[in-house]
Amino acid sequence: MPEARVIQLRATPTEPEPDTRRAAQAEQPIPSPPPLGPPEVPAGAWEQKLAGGLAFLRRRLTGDYEVDDFGFDHDLTEHVFLPPLRPLYDKWFRVETRGLDNVPDVGGALIVANHSGTIPLDALMTTLALHDHHPARRSLRLLGADLVFTMPIVAPIARKAGNTLACNADAERLLSTDEVVGVFPEGFKGIGKPFAERYKLQRFGRGGFVSAALRTGKPIIPVSIVGAEEIYPLIGNSRTLSRLLGLPYVPITPFFPLLGPLGVVPLPSKWIIEFGEPIETAHLGGAAAAEDPMLVFNLTDQVRETIQSTLYTLLMQRRSVFF
Amino acid sequence: MLVTGVSRYLGTRLAATLAADPSIERVIGVDTVPPRPEAAVQLGRTEFVRADIRNPLIAKVIAQAEVDMVVHMNVIATPLGAGGRTAMKEINVIGTMQLLAACQKAPSMRKLVVKSTTAVYGSSPRDPALFTEDSEPKSLPKSGYAKDAVEVEGYVRGFGRRRPDVTLSLLRFTNFIGPVIETPLTRYLSLPVVPTVLGFDPRIQLCHEDDGIEVLRRCSVEEHPGIFNVGGEGVLLLSQAVRRVGRLSFSVPSPLVSIVGRGFRRAGLVDFSPEQMRFLEHGRVADTARLRAELGWAPRSTADAMQSFVERSPRILHPETVLAAEERLLRVLARRRTVPGSSASTSAKEPVRA
Repeated sequence: MPEARVIQLRATPTEPEPDTRRAAQAEQPIPSPPPLGPPEVPAGAWEQKLAGGLAFLRRRLTGDYEVDDFGFDHDLTEHVFLPPLRPLYDKWFRVETRGLDNVPDVGGALIVANHSGTIPLDALMTTLALHDHHPARRSLRLLGADLVFTMPIVAPIARKAGNTLACNADAERLLSTDEVVGVFPEGFKGIGKPFAERYKLQRFGRGGFVSAALRTGKPIIPVSIVGAEEIYPLIGNSRTLSRLLGLPYVPITPFFPLLGPLGVVPLPSKWIIEFGEPIETAHLGGAAAAEDPMLVFNLTDQVRETIQSTLYTLLMQRRSVFF
Repeated sequence: MLVTGVSRYLGTRLAATLAADPSIERVIGVDTVPPRPEAAVQLGRTEFVRADIRNPLIAKVIAQAEVDMVVHMNVIATPLGAGGRTAMKEINVIGTMQLLAACQKAPSMRKLVVKSTTAVYGSSPRDPALFTEDSEPKSLPKSGYAKDAVEVEGYVRGFGRRRPDVTLSLLRFTNFIGPVIETPLTRYLSLPVVPTVLGFDPRIQLCHEDDGIEVLRRCSVEEHPGIFNVGGEGVLLLSQAVRRVGRLSFSVPSPLVSIVGRGFRRAGLVDFSPEQMRFLEHGRVADTARLRAELGWAPRSTADAMQSFVERSPRILHPETVLAAEERLLRVLARRRTVPGSSASTSAKEPVRA
């Protein structure tokens, strides 16, 4: 049961505490009487954490939580999925965010970003950036590839974390219910590209994301992520293995599979996530505009160019890959 | 007015509801088996005709009684109830064809209400999160009940084309649940330990049995032409549903799922067909906005429908037990701050096992 983990996380820092308490108490001969009545939340910081953890555990055990139509489990995401990502975000990649105020506090928006890094850590970090550092603590609803939702274990986790299948129906439904939707139009072409092609944007799919934004009249926010390219420098791709496993690519990096499990540790590159100026689509004519392929292509190109030029600017400003 | 499949639970209830409505002149119930005695009492003034909709006798019934409205509820989901898969397919497909042929010939016909299922959308990882009435399924159901329902809907559409003067309501219901009804899903959720597919946690959507009857009644007495998804708003994850019923689940790796499923069927516990196994992997949720807009009324939410089922089944792990364990633990911990006792980590594990 994955939920059992959270109590461990919360319990660990508390464990040494009773020991020191006990040692201190051993000197006092008279113990004070035990408190009676219902357990009000105790005063100490660790007790509060523990009480919170227990309440969470109770909610999980009795199914007393809500999921939305897409299967987004806010409670689980908040308490289980996001906490282990925070050290990675703060300490390992030292993510710096820019232009977070370009993401609206309320209302739908479509976040379009470059995709890289062999494993979609860039998606997780962008989610955390918006959740922890945006004033409205917005939940990013990512659109994932088919493959994600066919894989056992991965599929339910992806859904519970608020993601859904990349299709126009879902994108429009989320946007029209005022969610922030994230999309990586490069897909596997972007995330699985060789290290030599880093920061070169790949083709942007078929522009489905633009027509979803047009139809719902929501702004498109181009996002440029610098640093994710260097976490797993992809120098090769085992074609036979990928065909055998039915995966789009099987990465070979300088450390994987050479160093085995150690090779899975990402390189500690310094990350910058820049949220660009929103491109408004509300005035363009809604559903009729989405039926105009030329407009869709032009808008797609505009988004792509914006991300590409921001990437180059950010790379110029970066002092080194790791600092 | 004619109701098919009247001897089964929902058919009986609908016929009873319609019989209680004085504005309806006559209610005729048709089924292959007579209703159980307790159901017969419920049926009130409903006239029962024991007829097989698979043979042309049904046409005579419709012509003689000058039936102006037919509620077709005789598409059955479980081969066990019908006496085998072949018989089930006969009743579902051939029965519908006969019934529709009879309806087409009857000049008195004004309205046809058909109970179908959201299973016609199939269940695959490539489907959108919510099916609308216009959704094209990515993978058509290949077997069993869902395939029958797809074929039935095909014939119903054909009937609609040939008799445009007849008001046609095609209702696609999600899984029924409630305080009384027996379905494969309720039997599944009543198992002491619920088997699930390893690595999958489908979203499920439920329809309260009373709401199902209410929708069928409204479509019978009012005019609501079109196709409608019928179900509660919101979803539950299967794991969540299992926890709400207070059951434990165990995960079966997907290669073994069909074997385990067959075992359960043979043991007579749960009659789950292969396409329902797929449902246990990927789930299925339908958008019910069209129904709510059309009727100006909303069925109970999935969570509320679930609650009505939870109350009927004895829970193994009761929420109050869990709450009590939590409170006890907190009290113990609060005491530990003042009284030396055993270490916190051992007691923290206890309620998980309880």
